[in-house]
Amino acid sequence: MANNQPRFESWGRYPTLQADLLPLHWTTDFPPKSLPPTAMLPVGAGRSYGDVCLLDRGTLLTTRGLDRLLHFDPETGVLRCEAGATLAEILEFAVPRGFFLTVTPGTKYVTVGGAIANDIHGKNHHIVGTFGSHLLRFELIRSDGSPLLCSPTENRDWYSATIGGMGLTGLITWAEICLRPIVSRKIQYQGIKFVGIDEFVALSQASTHVEYTVAWIDCVARGRNFARGIFMQGDHSDQPEPLNPSKAPRLTFPMDLPEFALNHFSVGIFNALYYNKQMGKRKTDLVDYEPFFYPLDSVLQWNRVYGKSGLLQFQCVIPWEHGTQSGIVRILEAVTASGLASFLAVMKVFGDKPSPGLLSFPKPGITLSLDFPIRQQVSFDLFDRLASIALEHSGRIYPAKDARMTAAQYQASYPEWRRFVEYVDPRFSSAFWQRVTKLA
Amino acid sequence: MGATSAIAIATSRLLAARKASFYLVARSGAKLEAVASDLRTRGATSVTLKLMDLDDTAQHPQMLESAAAALGEIDLALIAHGVLGDQEQAQADYSVTEAILRTNLLSPVSLCTWLGNYFEAQRRGVLAVISSVAGDRGRKSNYIYGTTKGALNIFLDGLRNRIDRHGVHVLTIRPGFVATPMTAHLRRNALFADPNTVARGIVKAIERRKDVVYLPAVWAPIMLIVRSIPRSIFKRLNM
Repeated sequence: MANNQPRFESWGRYPTLQADLLPLHWTTDFPPKSLPPTAMLPVGAGRSYGDVCLLDRGTLLTTRGLDRLLHFDPETGVLRCEAGATLAEILEFAVPRGFFLTVTPGTKYVTVGGAIANDIHGKNHHIVGTFGSHLLRFELIRSDGSPLLCSPTENRDWYSATIGGMGLTGLITWAEICLRPIVSRKIQYQGIKFVGIDEFVALSQASTHVEYTVAWIDCVARGRNFARGIFMQGDHSDQPEPLNPSKAPRLTFPMDLPEFALNHFSVGIFNALYYNKQMGKRKTDLVDYEPFFYPLDSVLQWNRVYGKSGLLQFQCVIPWEHGTQSGIVRILEAVTASGLASFLAVMKVFGDKPSPGLLSFPKPGITLSLDFPIRQQVSFDLFDRLASIALEHSGRIYPAKDARMTAAQYQASYPEWRRFVEYVDPRFSSAFWQRVTKLA
Repeated sequence: MGATSAIAIATSRLLAARKASFYLVARSGAKLEAVASDLRTRGATSVTLKLMDLDDTAQHPQMLESAAAALGEIDLALIAHGVLGDQEQAQADYSVTEAILRTNLLSPVSLCTWLGNYFEAQRRGVLAVISSVAGDRGRKSNYIYGTTKGALNIFLDGLRNRIDRHGVHVLTIRPGFVATPMTAHLRRNALFADPNTVARGIVKAIERRKDVVYLPAVWAPIMLIVRSIPRSIFKRLNM
């Protein structure tokens, strides 16, 4: 292995930055007896896409060794675990006991610490809010060694700064989260075909009582098929069934595909097949939770599909009352015009439950997420254009997916960042944070 | 023993899911508490903690008697403590070598002496000991560590030969590179296994009553080749 290979990559594999690793295996390992001379950043599974989990020439505190489940109360569903435990590990424990995550993103391979630091959201955001909304307590250790117990009633300001605080406020050692009961692994699923953003919004409004809603959208289709997609909704089945643990995925994507593999053409064919796989307007089914929540987790290292140059994801939210639909349409038009194809395009209506996090990304409106292979200039130009459109509609971009936002764009769309600064640990930083606070 | 080592933790978790009772021995109270909480949460029937330095062989009989008392009887003993040691320091300074020998060899031999006799009298039991592929052949990069594991292998062979006929299963576990705190300073490569993979292999080897197990299994052919290289060639290699 070449020595210039980075020791830690984000999921998008861009940018590639050199950093030292300081693996933490015990909550008492931090702070170490002598602090490294460089800035530090705690990182989890490296499942964020851009540079929130990177630090050029810094020291990354890797936390996957902190994976212990410390306590579980089957009466209340409250689980206390160390921050490096992944949601997959929690599900493996909880599902056979009749519990499920209250909030889960589209991959189960994120850590609890990462879920807090990015205040992640899931397909049920419109009902339950973000991960932070179900976070009862956690311990934060600052680089000077001082521990802070944080909850909605203790050290409230630190609680709020750390949720969505991108790991910058200190090291989260353990957290207490609230799980929800289930009686079956199955999801009562319904897929509804739609064409156009207005129909998507109408479907979302008609489905606010359904727990999980999300839409896949074909952003290659033009003309009368523009913004066609499948609205996917589901609830946990209430028919009791055996709660067996999931099988470990057997497939690992074996190699980096060449850059030309994903192009406008191949994605267009895939999208047409995917859209037409469902024959009728509506389709109902009883499906396992794994393919419903984590369709891509069944192939480990699927990011290799994008080749060595990596991928960039673009996720924005455009709030209501700022020409939301027209903003989304403008973004999709810009994508179509660029000739770049997004393999995965996902849209969802966020609810209005406020997150406790100071810098949390979600707000009421429509969120759109797209991902693209990185092609020098072409992709970056497109990203910059998409970001400007989102900002013009009072939208903002999700730091967990970002590697391109300018400092001006960040500071305009996250005005709370100035209040956040005083909570940043003096020894902590990240490539993202250095980038978006540069002009300050 | 060595209950806070990564392989011991991963193995204990699998056993906790089967509602096992544990007697955990390690040096650090804070780490032991964290491991105990984890095992209780995952289904352990009971967890008893014992803080001690396993280098102190004089304390072994007393500790093991209290383990047998706490558990009622011992079904399975897993000996998992050990240090990698610093090869360069050890070859320059015998006192460093002696400390590695004490932790990796004398201490397990002392434990196995008591446990072997206990299991022999009980007419059943599993004595699982973590050795290493490094014990298969001395190499310049880590022959002090390798010596402790190689000697341990021979000791276990002999013990097995003595007590297997009395219903006692002696299992020699020879892992290759495992991604644990002990190897955190080494650059990871494709040969590094996850402790959970090794743990599953240990549980399977216990169930199948294996004598010696290489984990992951790919190390068995690798070590066969390493052992087969003629000494006249081997001595010139950089390994």
